[in-house]
Amino acid sequence: MISKIHELLKTKKISCVELVQKYLAAIDTLNDKLIAYVNVSSDLALQSAKSIDEKIASGEDFDILCGVPMTLKDNISTKGLETTCCSNILKGYTPIYDASVWKNLKNKGSILLGKTNMDEFAMGSSCENSCFGGAKNPHNYNYVAGGSSGGVASAVGAGIAAYGLGSDTGGSIRQPASFCGLVGLKPTYGAVSRYGLIAYASSLDQIGPITTSARDAAIVYDEIAFKDDMDSTCKGKLCDTVSHLDDNIKGIKIGIASEYFKAIDSEVEDSINKALEVYKSMGATLVDVSLPSIDYVLPVYYIIACAEASSNLGRYDGIRYGFRASEYKSIHEMISKTRSQGFGDEVKRRILLGTYVLSSGYYDAYYKKAQMLRGNIINDFNSAFESCDVILAPTVPMTAFENGTTSRDPVEMYQTDICTVSINIAGLPAVSLPCGFDSKNLPIGMQLIGPKFSEANLLCLANKFEQATDRCFFKNIEGGINL
Amino acid sequence: MEYEIVMGLETHVELSTNTKIFCGCTTEFGGEPNTHCCPICIGLPGTMPKLNYQVVRYAVMAGLSLNCEIAKVAKMDRKNYVYPDLPKAYQISEYDKPLCEHGYIELSNGRKIGITRIHIEEDAGKLIHERGQTFIDYNRGGVPLIEIVSEPDFRSVDEVTEYLEYLQLTMRYIGVSDCKMQEGSMRCDVNVSVRPVGSDKFGTRTELKNMNSFTNIAKAVKYEVQRQIDVIESGEKVVQETRRFNDASGTTESMRGKEDAHDYRYFREPDLVTISVSDDEIEKIRKLIPELPNKKISKYIELYGLSEVDAKLLVKYKRVADFFEKSIDGVKVYKNCSNFIISLIFSRFETEDQKEQFNINVTPEDMNELLKLLEAGTIRNNVAKKTLGEMLDTGKKVKDILSEDDLKGLSQEELTGICNKAVESNPKAVADYLGGKDKAVKSMLGFVMKNTQGKADAQLAEKIIIDIIKNK
Repeated sequence: MISKIHELLKTKKISCVELVQKYLAAIDTLNDKLIAYVNVSSDLALQSAKSIDEKIASGEDFDILCGVPMTLKDNISTKGLETTCCSNILKGYTPIYDASVWKNLKNKGSILLGKTNMDEFAMGSSCENSCFGGAKNPHNYNYVAGGSSGGVASAVGAGIAAYGLGSDTGGSIRQPASFCGLVGLKPTYGAVSRYGLIAYASSLDQIGPITTSARDAAIVYDEIAFKDDMDSTCKGKLCDTVSHLDDNIKGIKIGIASEYFKAIDSEVEDSINKALEVYKSMGATLVDVSLPSIDYVLPVYYIIACAEASSNLGRYDGIRYGFRASEYKSIHEMISKTRSQGFGDEVKRRILLGTYVLSSGYYDAYYKKAQMLRGNIINDFNSAFESCDVILAPTVPMTAFENGTTSRDPVEMYQTDICTVSINIAGLPAVSLPCGFDSKNLPIGMQLIGPKFSEANLLCLANKFEQATDRCFFKNIEGGINL
Repeated sequence: MEYEIVMGLETHVELSTNTKIFCGCTTEFGGEPNTHCCPICIGLPGTMPKLNYQVVRYAVMAGLSLNCEIAKVAKMDRKNYVYPDLPKAYQISEYDKPLCEHGYIELSNGRKIGITRIHIEEDAGKLIHERGQTFIDYNRGGVPLIEIVSEPDFRSVDEVTEYLEYLQLTMRYIGVSDCKMQEGSMRCDVNVSVRPVGSDKFGTRTELKNMNSFTNIAKAVKYEVQRQIDVIESGEKVVQETRRFNDASGTTESMRGKEDAHDYRYFREPDLVTISVSDDEIEKIRKLIPELPNKKISKYIELYGLSEVDAKLLVKYKRVADFFEKSIDGVKVYKNCSNFIISLIFSRFETEDQKEQFNINVTPEDMNELLKLLEAGTIRNNVAKKTLGEMLDTGKKVKDILSEDDLKGLSQEELTGICNKAVESNPKAVADYLGGKDKAVKSMLGFVMKNTQGKADAQLAEKIIIDIIKNK
């Protein structure tokens, strides 16, 4: 998609303004039902498009992402543009600075169409914890787009953004990408700057792209993975990934961990088995690997993520920005009312849980133990990668949920993250890509997991699969922009 | 019953780096409210701390000068609590792996006060209560601090005062902080308890806060010790709590009890990487540490022969000590210099701050020149004092003030000649002297001094006069 747009702009088959107008018109038609966007920045987008047309007209060389209309999840700070994390508590908050990734993309001429929907503070797997209502699955509006980066997946899947950036703390890029039939890359922890990403769980959060092809994911990753002084934990990428997309994969060893195939839908399993055959036919060999600590990933994830969230979200007190309760008698009451009224239930649940596990008397039993187990999980992956190059697993054990099912037992919801969270705990990169459709015609996704900073290899493998299967698992949705 | 006081100190010192600990904002004191702020130090969503490495270097320097062991690897932690002056709702500090540990300060009575640890952290903003409303100024938010925690080794108020004065002086010497209690760049909480003399068990302690001067610390501790003794004597128990010093009444008041103590929910700051300090770096920093005040004081006493009082007065201000040491280059009598500084220069200053600044018109080279003239006997003490006064007033050099005649000095022959004249022109005084009035020689001496413009050595002149009379 991105290369196509670049080509069209370069050959002046379409002007950037025309392109943006097309997208804005499609958003206008589709977004009411999709709720992919929570804030459309039409004026800004058209303004940028105009200046890019001037640049193109002047014959200047322009970057691959220049003039490409895209979107950002609403937890990525955009200077002058409201950024709410889809929470009532941040309504009216307009950042005074740009997130590092957006700053760079903006400099490269990216066109921001608007901010997209998400579960409040990225806490959720359906996007239904959004204060704006959940984003819908473009393949079937009765189903969720997934979460937490549901809006990005919904918009990219529906063809009302060429690509988007989401964030992945426990699967929030890969799961919606899987539900919406897209490519979603969760980069290595520390590959992409988090500066300006409104934190949910700082030791797990990573920004990454959701795209309609592995190539696009590589193009975007190469532009967002750079060393950033503003984020001390960020090292940038090891190498360019685009130049490795067509590397030879013959002899590559794909690890299969049986732990990922427990309690999995049979249709998902079938698709993955077929995908493995495809890889085998390309010269890959399959090896069994074992990740025994995987049984602990959910408690470890929810303890660490909630602990960090309880601290990260302490700042929303109504004093400096965002929502403030209207009636209060003391500063204490103001803060507690603001938080009681401003946060949704899932956020409150996780703050309570996180506060509890860090409290004196409980710290050792929960947080400390979780950190220890985190070490075990990392070790499991390290030993697994001694006998394989990548691990292939389902992204989610099922396809998209029906709307309204999030109100089920929260623990049952947490179970659906079983395949994705281990990657965040270990800080590894993983790419989710479509590999089938279920009987309801909803997309099925699989993920390739690699050692740290192996994005080039993962994207190459994703690209090979896409080519070998002739992109048959990608579907254009009517009403969207298909160039 | 006799009681023994047991105290431990937690001292916060603001480091004088140019910029804050996690962003590029200035650390300058004052400024219009909320003008020394940026997205990072007001904790806007999505921002991340970026460690100012100078803070680590300063803390290591402080640790080395207080005899601490330096951690090769340290990390930072979040201390979570809610207060409007803390915009992130957590303070980034160091919990279980501080940069410096196991140091000490030796007091003049020979006792050692253990330094448990020194860690780095960020300061909070300030609440301003005005016109019945509360305002927040975040200028101070993110200013780097070190917290110096002592062992409960203090047994008297004097020890506390000496420790704090020493700490202040040391931090100023190594240049990591100006340590101004009034501006809050040095703050101190005192943990106080009492126990019967001879007991080795600690009594229940209270923590005293809100003292903004050494005098107030002494006052607060004295009051609190008596209060605790009174509580025990009346058969009750001291309650573990935090108490605030009330400046107006000179008393301490309960602030919050043990049950209201915060649960800070410490955990590792995930936005920062491990801090590592190499041996090389530690050695580099060690080399930057100047001679420390306690060493200087003993040098001044033992090597320069100054009194303890004078030595301490000079060392108290680093600029003064520097001036002193440069001024006495090649000089033999060091006392002249210390006397000039203490009696003539200090008397021109009204405040401690002025002494600290030591802003004077005279360079150490000027002073050195004057001291050498005095030592050579070229000029007399009174002339030297007058000259120094004029130098300080006008900024003129020694040579501009003293005439060639002044600098020529007085030869033995010249002096003997004038003494002869004095005897000849005062027959009455000579008769008085010979008649047993020893004091009569003074009037002849006055004549000599007058006719030599004070250049004569009075003692020598007196001896010559007496010799002349006796040999007559």
